[in-house]
Amino acid sequence: MTVTLGRPLTTEPPTPSAPDALDVVRRARRAPVRHHRRLLAGLAVALVGAFAARVLLGDYTVTVPDFVRILGGEQIPGATYIVMESKLPRAVLAVLVGVAFGVGGAIFQTTLRNPLASPDIVGISLGASAAAITVIALAGWTGWPVSAAAIVGALAVALAVRAVAGDHGGFRLVLAGIGLAAAMQSVIQYVFTRVDEYDVQLVLRWLTGSVNGVAWQAIGLLALALAVLLPATGWVARSLRATELGDDTAAGLGVGRGRTDLLMLLGVLLVAVAVAAAGPVAFVAFLSGPIARALNRGRTTLPAAALVGAVIVLVGDYAGAYAFADLNLPVGVVTGAFGAPFLLWLLARGPLRGHRGRRAA
Amino acid sequence: MTALVPTRDDVSRAPGGGQRRRPALPASVAISIVALAGAGALSLLVGARAVPLAAVWDAAHPMHAVVEARLDRTLLGLAVGAALGLAGALMQGLTRNPLADPGILGVNAGATFAMVVGMTAFGFSGMGQFLPLAFVGAAVAAAAVHGIASLGRDGATPMKLAITGAALSAGLASWTTGLLLADRKTMESFRFWQVGTVAGRGTDVLLAGLPFLILGAVLALAGARLLNTLALGDDLARGLGRRTTRDRLVIALAIVLLAGTATALAGPIAFVGLVVPHVVRALVGPDHRRLLPFSMLGGAVLVVLADTVGRVVLPPSEVQVGIMAAVVGVPVFLALIRRTGRAL
Repeated sequence: MTVTLGRPLTTEPPTPSAPDALDVVRRARRAPVRHHRRLLAGLAVALVGAFAARVLLGDYTVTVPDFVRILGGEQIPGATYIVMESKLPRAVLAVLVGVAFGVGGAIFQTTLRNPLASPDIVGISLGASAAAITVIALAGWTGWPVSAAAIVGALAVALAVRAVAGDHGGFRLVLAGIGLAAAMQSVIQYVFTRVDEYDVQLVLRWLTGSVNGVAWQAIGLLALALAVLLPATGWVARSLRATELGDDTAAGLGVGRGRTDLLMLLGVLLVAVAVAAAGPVAFVAFLSGPIARALNRGRTTLPAAALVGAVIVLVGDYAGAYAFADLNLPVGVVTGAFGAPFLLWLLARGPLRGHRGRRAA
Repeated sequence: MTALVPTRDDVSRAPGGGQRRRPALPASVAISIVALAGAGALSLLVGARAVPLAAVWDAAHPMHAVVEARLDRTLLGLAVGAALGLAGALMQGLTRNPLADPGILGVNAGATFAMVVGMTAFGFSGMGQFLPLAFVGAAVAAAAVHGIASLGRDGATPMKLAITGAALSAGLASWTTGLLLADRKTMESFRFWQVGTVAGRGTDVLLAGLPFLILGAVLALAGARLLNTLALGDDLARGLGRRTTRDRLVIALAIVLLAGTATALAGPIAFVGLVVPHVVRALVGPDHRRLLPFSMLGGAVLVVLADTVGRVVLPPSEVQVGIMAAVVGVPVFLALIRRTGRAL
C-alpha cells in the first residue's frame, strides 16, 4: 500500500487537512467491534433494568434497600416470601432460559443459514416437551429424570429432522421440522387428554412454557448445565464466522463438518435443558438471533442473542403477569402471541432466499 | 413427485397402454366401495367391546345398543373424513402445492381460534353458533396465509405456503391458549375437542353441519373442471376464456365450507387432507373430475378406520382420530418432502 511507503516517493506534499489513510482504515476496521461492545453494554443495561422491574415492581412493590436486606437474609414479613419464593426465582429462571433459547436459536439459524431453522420451529423444543410430558403423565416420573427425558426427546427429533433432510439444508429441513413438530404436538395433545383435572396446569406448562412456580433446586440444575454448555459453546463457536459461509467454504478454511455438528449438538442441548426447566417458550429461540443480528448491523453475535433472549423472556413474563387484568398468562403464551406476527412479517418481507447464500434479518 | 397437473404421459397413456397402467374406473369404484363398507362395518363392530356381526341388524340382540351408539360416530367420521379429503384435494389443486392440507396451511387453526373466541367472549355453546364463526376463522386464516405467502419475488411457493401456515398456526395456538387460561370451564371441554375426535357427539351435531358440508361438496364437485383448467396455469386458463379469479373464489369458498365445518364438528384434524389426495391420485390419475369424488371416499375411509384403530390400539382408553391421522400423515408428509425437496 502506498501509504506505508512514506513521503519521499511522492513529489506533491500531502494536503494537511486530509485524514491519515491508515487511521481511517484502522477506525473502519474497529468500528464493528466497538459497535458490538456498545451493543452488549446497552443490552446488559436493558437486562438489568428488566430484571429489576420484574423483581421490584408489579402488584407488590419492593424498595431497593428492602431488596438488599432480603438478599442479606433478613426476614421482612410478607416481602421476604414474595421475593425469595416467587419473584426472584421467576426472574432468575427467565434470564437463564432466555439465554439458553437465545444462544441455541442463534446457533441453529447461523449454522443452517436460515432464519426459520430455529429449534422451536423445527420441532426440537416440542420434542423435549413431548418426551417430558409423556414420562410425567403416563409413567409418573418426577425430578431430574424428566429433564433427562426432555433432552432425549430433543435429540431424537433433531436426529430425525437431520435424517429426513439429508444433506439438504434450507427449506427441506425446515419443512421436515414442521412435520415433526406437528407430530410432537399431537403426542402432547394425546397426553393432555389422558391426565386428570389436577394435572392440567402442570401439563399446560409443557404446552406453552412458563417460568412460574419453579423450585430453586431446578434453577440450580439449569444454571449448572449452562455453566458447562455456554463456555463449551463459546469455544466451539470460534469458527462460527467460517461456518456461516457454507459447508464447502468452511471446509476450505479448515472448519470441518465435525465442528459444525458439535456446535449444533450444543444448540440442541441448550434448548433441551431450557425446555426441561420452563417448557417450550414459543419463538424466543426464533426471535433472539435475528433481533441481535439486526442490532449488530447484520453481523451474527451469540452474546447479544443471549442477552436479547433473556430480555424477551423477562419482559414477556412481566407482561403476562401484569398486562392483562386479573389474568396470569404464562410467558410462552405472550411470546407466542407476539412472536408469530413477527415471523409472518419476516415471511411477507420475502428475504427468504433461504438455502442460497446469506439471508437478511 | 406425483403430478398435480396432467402430464404428457398421462394424456398419451389415457386410453390404456403404457407401462404403469392405472386400474380402470370400475375397479377403482369397486375398491372404494368395498373399502368404505369394510371401514364402516369395522367401526360398528370393533371397540372396547367386540360385537358379533349378527347384532348389527338384529334389533333384539343384546349387543344392538352398542352398535347404535357406534353408529353416530361412524356417520360423523364418514362426513368429516369426506369433507377433509375433498378439502385437501381442492387445496392441492388450487394452490398447485403438493403439501397443501387444511391443517398445515392454518385453516383449522383459524377455525379453532374463532370458535374459542366465541366460547370465551360470547359464551356460545351450540353448534349452530359455532359454524358461522368457524367459517369466518377458516376464511380469514386461509386468506392470510395465502396473501402473506404470495408476497415477495417468487410468489406462493409450496415451501412458503407451508411455513406461513405453520407460523400462523403457532401464533393462533398461543392466542387460543391465552383465552383458555382465562376461562377454566371452557378449558375442560376444549382439551378433548382440540385433539380432533368423532367420539361422543350426537346426531344433532352432524345434522347442524350437514347442509354446509353438502353445499361445499356440491360446489367442489361442480368446480372439478375449473380446477382442471386452472391446473394449466393462469395464462392458459385465461386464454381459454376462464375468469380465473372468480373460479378461484368458488373453489376457496368450497374449501372454507368443508374445512370449517369439519373443524367445528370434530376439532382440528390435520394430515387427512394431505395424505388422501396423494394416494387417490396414484389410483385414478390427476383429473379432478375423478380425483375429487375419490378423495371424498378416501377421506371417509381413512377417518373411520383411524377412529376404529384408535379405539383398540392402546387400551383401556382411546386414541383420538386426530392423533391417529398424524401417525399416518407425518411419514407421508416427510416422504413427500424428501421427494419434492430434490428440486430445492
